Amino acid sequence: MSRAIRQLAARKNLTPGLLAQFLREHEFPIIEEHTATFAFVGEAESVSLRHWIHGLPASQPFKRLMGSPLWYHVMDVPEGSRIEYKIEVTHRGQSRWVIDPLNPHQARDPYGANSVLLGPGYEHPTWAEADKEARTGSIETHRIDSKHLEGGREFRVYLPARFRRRRRYPLLVVHDGDDYLRFSNLQTVLDNLIHRLEIPSMIVALTNPVGRLTEYAAGRAHAAFVAKELVPWLEDTYPLLEDPAQRGLMGASFGAVQTLATALYHPGVFGNLLLQSGSFAFSDIGKHWRGPAFEPVVKFMNGYRAAPKKPATRAFVSCGMYESLIYENRSMVPLFERTGMNVRYVESRDGHNWENWRDRLREGLSWLFPGPSLLVYE
Amino acid sequence: MPSITLLGPQRLRPSVNVTLRSLGIDGPLASITAGWEERETEDAELRDHVGGRCFNLQLWERCERIFERDIELFKGFRKRKDAQIRLRELYRKQLHHAMDAAKEMLETPGDTSLMEPERQAAFDRVRELDRHHADRMLETELEFERKYTPSERDIVVAHRDQIARILEHCDALLVAGGNVAVLLNRMRLFAALELAGVKPIVAWSAGAMVMSSEVVLFQEDTPHGAGYAEVLQRGLDVCPDVIPFPHARKRLHLHDPLRVQMLARRFQPRRCVPMDESDRIDWTGEAWKFAPGTRALDADGRVTKVRAVKSRRRRK
Repeated sequence: MSRAIRQLAARKNLTPGLLAQFLREHEFPIIEEHTATFAFVGEAESVSLRHWIHGLPASQPFKRLMGSPLWYHVMDVPEGSRIEYKIEVTHRGQSRWVIDPLNPHQARDPYGANSVLLGPGYEHPTWAEADKEARTGSIETHRIDSKHLEGGREFRVYLPARFRRRRRYPLLVVHDGDDYLRFSNLQTVLDNLIHRLEIPSMIVALTNPVGRLTEYAAGRAHAAFVAKELVPWLEDTYPLLEDPAQRGLMGASFGAVQTLATALYHPGVFGNLLLQSGSFAFSDIGKHWRGPAFEPVVKFMNGYRAAPKKPATRAFVSCGMYESLIYENRSMVPLFERTGMNVRYVESRDGHNWENWRDRLREGLSWLFPGPSLLVYE
Repeated sequence: MPSITLLGPQRLRPSVNVTLRSLGIDGPLASITAGWEERETEDAELRDHVGGRCFNLQLWERCERIFERDIELFKGFRKRKDAQIRLRELYRKQLHHAMDAAKEMLETPGDTSLMEPERQAAFDRVRELDRHHADRMLETELEFERKYTPSERDIVVAHRDQIARILEHCDALLVAGGNVAVLLNRMRLFAALELAGVKPIVAWSAGAMVMSSEVVLFQEDTPHGAGYAEVLQRGLDVCPDVIPFPHARKRLHLHDPLRVQMLARRFQPRRCVPMDESDRIDWTGEAWKFAPGTRALDADGRVTKVRAVKSRRRRK
């Protein structure tokens, strides 16, 4: 029991007024040193915390306080943690997962929204919020035909503020580009990091899959589209630096697998990789347990692990410690390094989600594409 | 050599007008703000500060216009830039190892008689690498000059003439900060210092850096931890014996004796001068005179106030 709940329980007679006062006086979940107390108020047969922290039971039951409508659950929260969750409420035999009504912090993803626990020491990145001093870039939408992807493909291109035709720019190609824009504030992040001179003004192509689990499962068709059709089109259309050291490719989850695969299938095109929470599933022996969608990924990763090649000059690799993929990502780092690739690996106390990926963008992008801050002295 | 005054950053607490008064300069001024690149002409604050008597030489814009018309020169310029980017990458790879070694020698405890020659040797290797890189960068400059002869091209000559005519009517040259590489190559393209002759120069931030014998880049406050200072290339070399470090309070870990020591020892015998607001140093022809409060980095890791630095160089 946490301190706050213990003090409330000590009042013996938990009246509605007392409960309302307790709710008014606290922010939820209540953080006390390195514990968090989740709370829920309402009629229910049972209440549980549902989270995606690998290694802990996925469902953790709340306790009811002295027959009152207040349910609570206490869990450890290490320094710097950020945890996405929902609350499962079972009432009249019906179970539903809901956003925590007492917690205003939410994160959105392609499947909806989750509540967010901001643990002690977690710092919200100010560089991911709109900065009125930062000039904003623009986004154009284009479509090109493709021999490799049926029906061609629509994509977006971010042009930095003060874009000029006579200047040449580094290029970053992003998998799941629209999701990065929507759920990781990518445009704001780019605007801010460029404004702060932490990355150079760059052109960013934002691609999207149609059948994600097929195209991004080390898919040769999507890789060929990116390397043989998209990049040449971008070269024809925009002033780009030619050196692969000025070209980057990035993605998260399956997008990271596709990033790695594209770099391996088309060596020399991209000098920099940003691999976030890669779904680098492999099996050292026997079958894997991740389901049929991972079949082509496991086949690709097993093949790569058997005969690793240097996919690029530099790679920034990040993964959340609370992800099931942490084992695979940790395993890949020494293997990548043995190929001669310069690797920077970063872990965070977070899960497999878009805000974790957002929070690592500053470190990743500014390491792969160091900005001109070293050159500018106003 | 002209009279030179180097100042700290000017954006928040400008002191150019006070400096000019102290130098007895009250006539028209020429300014170079090419380091601001496309914002070059957004200089209203500077002009207001000096009483509106300032003519912007517009070196950045002139260069853009030249590149629009002289494609061959533009391509040569790009080729040189590509070569310099590559050289910088190669230098950085080596520098990282050399500086790691020098740092390790400083951090390794031991008897001075045993350790000091090792430390000295480690810094000698860094200095040799810095020198080598500066030489290679100079080669790209000379190659560019030889192949594209910018000083003989009509369009460049015409702009130089225009600049010279403006400078004729000015009493001093102001050089502002910004992108130090852009500022340096624009000033070189138009031979700005040659055209200014012996007119007094007041320069700050990147403007102060380009006056040095070597342009030293530094940023110890980064998302990835403190890196090592880098030599960009040779500077305009009118500022002997000192290396200015603008925005030192923000950019350098001046509280860390090890970091201070590393900079001071590496660039010996030149003095590393942190230049924040209100800092000022003046070249008297034989020595640098430091304004009260202006400091320098010492090889023992301290940051101390300095009054003057005598020149080892004979007057030009």
